[in-house]
Amino acid sequence: MTPPTERPLTAMIDPAAGPPDCAAYERAGGWQATRNALGRLAPAGIIDMVTRSKLRGRGGAGFGTGQKWSFVPKEPAADRRKYLIANADEMEPGTFKDRLLLEGNPLQLIEGMILAAYGVQAGHGVIFLRGEYHLACARLHHAIGEAREKGWLGENILGSGFSFDIRVHSSAGRYICGEETALLTALEGRRATPRSKPPFPQTGGLWGAPSVVNNVETLCNLPHIITNGPEWFAGLGLGEDGGTKIYGVSGRVVKPGAWELPIGTPLRQIIEDHAGGMRPGYRLRALLPGGASTAFLDATAIDVAMDYGSVEKAGSRLGTGMAIILDDRTCPIGMIRNLEHFFAQESCGWCTPCRDGLPWVERLLDAIENGSGQEEDMDQLGRHARMLGAPGRTFCAHAPGAMAPLASGLKLFAADFAAHIQQGRCPQQPGA
Amino acid sequence: MLTAEAPLPAPVRAEILALAAREPHPRGAGVAALRLVQARFGWVSTAHLREVAGLLGMSADDLDGIATYFNLLFRRPVGRHVIMLCDSVSCWIMGRGPLCAHLCRTLGIKPGETTADNAITLLPTVCIGHCDHAPAMLVDDTLHGDVDTATLDRLIDTLRDTP
Ligand SMILES: Cc1cc2nc3c(=O)[nH]c(=O)nc-3n(C[C@H](O)[C@H](O)[C@H](O)COP(=O)(O)O)c2cc1C
Ligand code: SF4
Ligand code: FES
Repeated sequence: MTPPTERPLTAMIDPAAGPPDCAAYERAGGWQATRNALGRLAPAGIIDMVTRSKLRGRGGAGFGTGQKWSFVPKEPAADRRKYLIANADEMEPGTFKDRLLLEGNPLQLIEGMILAAYGVQAGHGVIFLRGEYHLACARLHHAIGEAREKGWLGENILGSGFSFDIRVHSSAGRYICGEETALLTALEGRRATPRSKPPFPQTGGLWGAPSVVNNVETLCNLPHIITNGPEWFAGLGLGEDGGTKIYGVSGRVVKPGAWELPIGTPLRQIIEDHAGGMRPGYRLRALLPGGASTAFLDATAIDVAMDYGSVEKAGSRLGTGMAIILDDRTCPIGMIRNLEHFFAQESCGWCTPCRDGLPWVERLLDAIENGSGQEEDMDQLGRHARMLGAPGRTFCAHAPGAMAPLASGLKLFAADFAAHIQQGRCPQQPGA
Repeated sequence: MLTAEAPLPAPVRAEILALAAREPHPRGAGVAALRLVQARFGWVSTAHLREVAGLLGMSADDLDGIATYFNLLFRRPVGRHVIMLCDSVSCWIMGRGPLCAHLCRTLGIKPGETTADNAITLLPTVCIGHCDHAPAMLVDDTLHGDVDTATLDRLIDTLRDTP
């Protein structure tokens, strides 16, 4: 027997050929996990395998997936309405990994959802898809239709007595919908305002029913964990965490892109070997390791292992694992201003510090970048970074996420801020 | 010619009622219903908004709160084609600013406006998940990457000629 692939998530993805249909998916090892699990393994056994696999959520927060599921009430799906929701809202700037999985192999997500739903005994599946992903939407609808036709979705799957079906909710473009409680509010047809916890979604989620929200990449790992075993999966990671991770790089590197690598791969290897290093004439100045809401790391941190614990120790977060590169010819203040424009625009407006604070931050950065910044503006920015950055001061994690690149940038680029204010202009061409 | 006046065509009303029927509460179909109307008419007029609200058992203001909340729901008419140029960080680094200026000059409009011939509306969008091919944009439902001024000029000519 050939050993299982070390790139399970992307093994079947071939952009030139398009996504596999049910038969091709099965030939390449798909549906094996569903056959092994449904009616043969106890739901609690699935949760236990996922816990032992050391899989942590790939949506940004990195919560243990098995642990998250363990809080769901245990009644069989037939006895209690429960939901399993795939978070496909991917709107974090710099992040393009879930699109790859959705377009490249939608059946893998569907099978992952079947397994997760069986584990927590949820009969209803929803894919919360961002409205801009038109190709992914068409491919998901097609794949769900085919899976239903072949009996992988619907009543009494494989004669196991377990019934589960999936529908796609196409959203209409708001970053905050990716926050899991705001996502639930959006699905209920309201403005996507986050909810206070408790109740946690696992006990009181969509329409009040127990609900699990997992990221697309998290769910896509499940077929492989069930087929090849949790120990195999845990062993794929280089450090503490289990499995592989889709890493990506954008900015002025030779070959921007995304690659599936063992979780814990050093950042240097990702940037130099896979992204081909910096473009000629550009030097690496700093980077956001995991999307717009992670803190800047400077170029000297490039040897950090890209797992949850190591990136945190280095002063940032793994986040989505999709790095954004700041080169030496791009103005760091311009970059931070761009980020804060995004966060100010995408604030849901529910709580005052975020709704009013983020636009203020954006205006201060505008002024500094345009040459009309004052010394006092720096104090004001520092105050905002402290006040909005601490968890618990705002209603959800949006504002602390927004402050991560600002707080780290104020320290790392102090000389650039000072030069802007002293010279009354941006010493570098923005975005040149 | 489709008009933005009520009533909605009967099949659209029926489809909205079917969407509402599969939700635990009809309002769960709000975004889907508004997207349906927009797919047909290009935008959501106040007359249509009121009618959809009635079908979902919501007040018009309640539904307008949803319609105005989402970036992709248009409460004003747009041109035959919509260009959404990404304004998020990777595209900014890779030069979306000069591209936007070029588009504005060529089209004679500012972001948020529609050309006089009603062919093209230009809007900014947040990251569209194509950052490895920045600068990126959506033209109607199609994703474009590695955009430069030459591709933009060709694209504008094509869009002006297509209905
Ligand atoms: C402002 C904000 C936006 C978020 N956007 C997303 C998103 O687009 N996709 C996603 O999977 N998680 C997103 N998250 C994280 C989710 O709240 C949640 O933690 C995640 O979907 C859980 O899945 P996981 O445990 O599989 O990672 C966001 C969180 C915040 C605070
Ligand atoms: S922190 Fe921002 S996004 Fe979160 S609830 Fe408050 S206003 Fe909304
Ligand atoms: S930043 Fe423009 S597509 Fe991601």
